[in-house]
Order: sequence, then structure tokens, then C-alpha cells
Amino acid sequence: MGRKAIIRVKDLRAGYGKDIILDHVSFNVYEGEVFVILGGSGCGKSTLLKAMIGLIEPRAGKITIDGDEICVDDDATLQKILRKVGVLYQGAALFGSMTIAENVALPIREYTSLPKESVDALVRMKLGLVNLKGYENHLPSELSGGMKKRAGLARAMALNPKILFFDEPSAGLDPVTSVELDDLILYLNRSLGTTMVIVTHELQSIFAVAQRIIMLDRRAKGIIAEGNPKYLRKHSQNQFVKQFFNRQAEVKGVAGKGPQ
Amino acid sequence: MNASETPSPSRYKISKNPEGGTTLHIHGNMDAANAGQMIDELTALLSDYSLSSLTVDLEKVDYLDDFGTLVLAHLRKMVTNGGNGFYVINSSDKIKELLSILHFDSLDEKMSIEKKRSSGIFIRIGEATLQQISDLKYAISFIGSIILSLVHICLHPRSLRTDDTIRYMQRVGVDGLPIVALISFLMGLIMAFMSSVQLEQFGANIYVASLVSLSMTRELGPIMTAIIVAGRSGSAFAAEIGTMKISEEVDALFTMGFNPVMFLVVPKLVAAAFMVPILTLFSDLFAIMGGLLVGVFMLDLTAGAYMAQTIKTLELFDVFWGVLKGGIFGVLITWIGCFRGFQVRGGAASVGQATTSAVVSSIFLIILCDSMFSVILRYWG
Repeated sequence: MGRKAIIRVKDLRAGYGKDIILDHVSFNVYEGEVFVILGGSGCGKSTLLKAMIGLIEPRAGKITIDGDEICVDDDATLQKILRKVGVLYQGAALFGSMTIAENVALPIREYTSLPKESVDALVRMKLGLVNLKGYENHLPSELSGGMKKRAGLARAMALNPKILFFDEPSAGLDPVTSVELDDLILYLNRSLGTTMVIVTHELQSIFAVAQRIIMLDRRAKGIIAEGNPKYLRKHSQNQFVKQFFNRQAEVKGVAGKGPQ
Repeated sequence: MNASETPSPSRYKISKNPEGGTTLHIHGNMDAANAGQMIDELTALLSDYSLSSLTVDLEKVDYLDDFGTLVLAHLRKMVTNGGNGFYVINSSDKIKELLSILHFDSLDEKMSIEKKRSSGIFIRIGEATLQQISDLKYAISFIGSIILSLVHICLHPRSLRTDDTIRYMQRVGVDGLPIVALISFLMGLIMAFMSSVQLEQFGANIYVASLVSLSMTRELGPIMTAIIVAGRSGSAFAAEIGTMKISEEVDALFTMGFNPVMFLVVPKLVAAAFMVPILTLFSDLFAIMGGLLVGVFMLDLTAGAYMAQTIKTLELFDVFWGVLKGGIFGVLITWIGCFRGFQVRGGAASVGQATTSAVVSSIFLIILCDSMFSVILRYWG
């Protein structure tokens, strides 16, 4: 492909203790795409995400982000890389002792020289983008789960990072909010060219936003499918991939509501 | 373009319109990396102009994000006419879309985020008082539910969570023994040393043994042990329950039909009530050993004479009294620790406060109780 790879993962091996969860995992994420990592529980999705943002050290292999290799011990490079990424954690990870506005303003104050009132205006804009106008002075504990998540997104994109990582963005959200979040992801991707890396297993969300996916499997300890989700659903020969896309639908039909 | 072009940093070009307005041409990106610098530069650059109207030409701007929007908003504020004389021209469709999504037109109506106004002093005093009263109510009802749980345990001993109780006994007692032993040993050593300086003048060296053993078993042993346990275990209880409270584990217990007090507090309470007295005994023992060391090596006493004097001084009642106090302190520490844990609301900071307050209130209550016991013993015993 002619596009520029912004994240390169090569021969990654990762695990905890004696367990190797991922082995020989290689893939690229290209600039400006919405890339989804999916797979069943325990397949190493979150481990892969943590490795890509430098939270855990790979056992082997290397991960390059925008030309710089992640090395947990090289603090300067890691800082440089981390300035280019934003992360939305599963539970939003807002700081409980700060208001929503202070949470969003924290990275802006730290890393830019904007005057106070400009920071405030910017925070208002960010919160407006995620539909949280009027909640500036609320504490995270006063918000609902979906609101926290949106506030977490506002904080993650405070500095307009080149890459945004999402850990299960739609977990715990109602369908309407979930769709809104998907739209927001697409919009940010389109208007600011932000590369999105999303870990999820929410099928609807995958088909709505993903341009390319990789599917991980626990037994294979790595990638079993890569490509466009709609194409894979129709044409994949892999049994597990078929099951994943179809069984989920079955469960939905029987139980009457989708699994979280 | 009119004749009056001004030299300026290469990123900006300023020209005068025939109608008297000013046009600012911007080159390059307007993003997070250079927004702060741009605001400073443009403020300095445009301060020489009387800006009755300003047109910003974005033809050469390839990339503009919300930080860039902020720069535009700042420029608009510099125009003397307010929003009337401010125009953005030649912006790409992408930029137009962004500006409309960010509500650029109504952006600086109210730029700064006002902090919540704190209410007046009387309101705050009133609120704090009400808070104290409701805390007190909760504390009393908490004691009540502990007593009810204990009664229930006495009637149905099998409902005590034995595994948990044993685990807490290990954490409070066994794991705490080394530090209690060390500190008591040093206390005995210091006391013997300090008192010997005075008693030596009268040739009353042997009374060092009496002083150390009596004061340690009756007062300092239980108090020191209780303070160490408050710092080690009281804080741990508060933090554990507080964290469980935040992560809704306490709610989960409740909805599964468990009584949170029975489940979380009673094992800790039983463990502390048994282990603190035992730690107190160890504390007495190690303190006497500390005194013995000083007696033998500095005061020329024989170990036999020192121990004989110790046994002569101590009555069984003294030891029992100290151990009993230890048990009561253990109950107090657990009660306060768990109580503060259950009071946690909100987030991580609240857990920190609960932990601090558990230790501080435990130590305060320990000292208060001890003084009360001394008075009671003085007039009653």
C-alpha cells in the first residue's frame, strides 16, 4: 500500500508471567484510518493496546509509532511518542478530585503556552464537541457512565493527538450514546485526520466505523484475520471469523438484547 | 492589495484595504503546536493597527484545528467593533465545517469558565454542622449494626467467616509482630537508660526493673501496640473498605444478600480483638528484655536480680489490665477504620482522606480511652 504506516508492529510477543498471550504479531496501521482490533475475551486485545502505548514492555519484537520505536526504558523517546497519542480508557480514568473542565485543561495547561482564558475557551469547545456543554464544573463522580466516557474522550483529544486509542469505547453505553460516539470518532477522523485505533467487540460499532480490522484469537496467540470487516464477514474462510460475526448475531436474536 | 504592505514575520502578511480595513494573510498550519506562539505574535503585530475591521485570509492555511479556531477567536476580540468588522475569507470547506461545528460565531461570548461560587461562611458552617450531625448518626447506627452482627455471631457461631478471620489475624497479629517487638524493645531500652541516669544517683539501680516493667505493662505496652496497629491495620481496613465502596463491591455484597457489616467488619473486629492483646503481651515481654539489657550491661545488675525485681513488682492484675486495654483498643481501631471506610464517597482522594482520618481518630480515641481508664482505676481500684 502506498499510504504511510503510522504504527508498525513487528513480531510482537507479549504476556504476563509465564503466559505468552501474543506471539509473532505483525501489522501496520496507516495514517488517517480507523483501525479496529477485535477478538473474543482473553485474546490479548487489551495487552496489545497496552504494548502500543508503552504501558507494558514487549517480550520480543518492536513497535514503532510515527517513526519512533517504543522502548519502555528510553524516557525521552517515550515522552515524544506519548505526545502524539491520546487514550480513552475503558472506565474513562478521569481524575476524581478535579472537575471535568480541569481534567480536560490539565494536558493543555501543561503542554501549551496558551493564556488562561484561551484554555478555558478551548475546554469549552472540546466539551461542546462531545456534547457536554454545561458540565464544566461537575466532578466525575456526578456524571453518568456515558458522560464520563465522553469527558474522557475530550481529555484524550485535548492536544489533538495524531493517534487516538480507544479501549472498549462503547462498553457500558446505551445504543444512542454509542452511535453518537461512533459518529464523533468518524467526524474526528475526517476533519482532523486523526488515526483511530479501537479495541472493541461491539459488532454494530465495528461495521459503522472500521475501515480495517485485525482479529485476534487466544489459541492462535495472534492475528487470524485482517481486512475490511464487511468483506471478511462475507468472504472469510476462517471458521472462527465466521463464528464471531454470526454467532454474535445469533445470541442477539435469541436473548433479545445484545451482549455488552 | 494596496501599497501599504508591512514587513512582518514570514508566516503573516498584512495589507490595507482601500475601504480602510486591514487584511491579514496567514500561511501554514494553525494547530496545537503553534497556537500559543501565534496568539503572542499576532497580538504584538496588530497592536500598531487601529482595527476597525479585520479580514483574515485563510487561503494559504492547509490545516486548522480547534487551537487554530482559538487564534481566530482571539483576533476577533482584538477588532474594536466587536464581531461586526471581522471576516474570514478563502477558507476551505473542511475549515468551514470545523468552524461551524465548533460554533465559532458564538464562541467568545463567555470565554472563561467560572468556578462554582463558594457559598457564604454561615451557610458553610451550617452545612458542616449538619454533616457532623449526620456523621454522628451514622457512627451510632454503625455501632448498632456491629453489635447486632456480633449478637448474631454469638447465636450462630458458624456464620462467622472463619477463613477471613484467620487471614486478618495473620495480617494484624503475625505480620505486625516484628515491628511491635522492635519498637517495644527499644522503648524498654530507652526507658531503662533514661531512668538509670536519675536512679543511679541514689544507688537505686534495681528500681529500673520496677519502673520499666510496671509502666510498660500498665500503660505504654498497650498504647504503643495500639498505635502501631492503628497505623498498620486501621489504615488498611479503611483503604480496603473505601476502595470496595468506590468500585461498588459493597453494593454487590448487599444485593447478593450479605450484610456488609457482617461480611467485612466482624472478621476484622474479631481478629483485632484477639490479636492486639497478644501483641500487647509480646510488647511487655520485649520491653522488659530491653530494660534487662541496659540493667545487665550498664548498671551492673545480674539478670537474676533484675528478673526477680520485675516479678516482685508486677502483679497479675497489671498484666491483665494492660491486655484488657489492648483488646478494647483493638475493637476501637477496627471500628474507626471500617467506619471511615464506609464513609468514602466519590473517588481516590476520598480513600486517602478516610485512611488519614482513620489513623488520626484511632490514635486520639486510644489516648482518650486510656486517660479515662487511668481515672477510673485511680478512684475505683
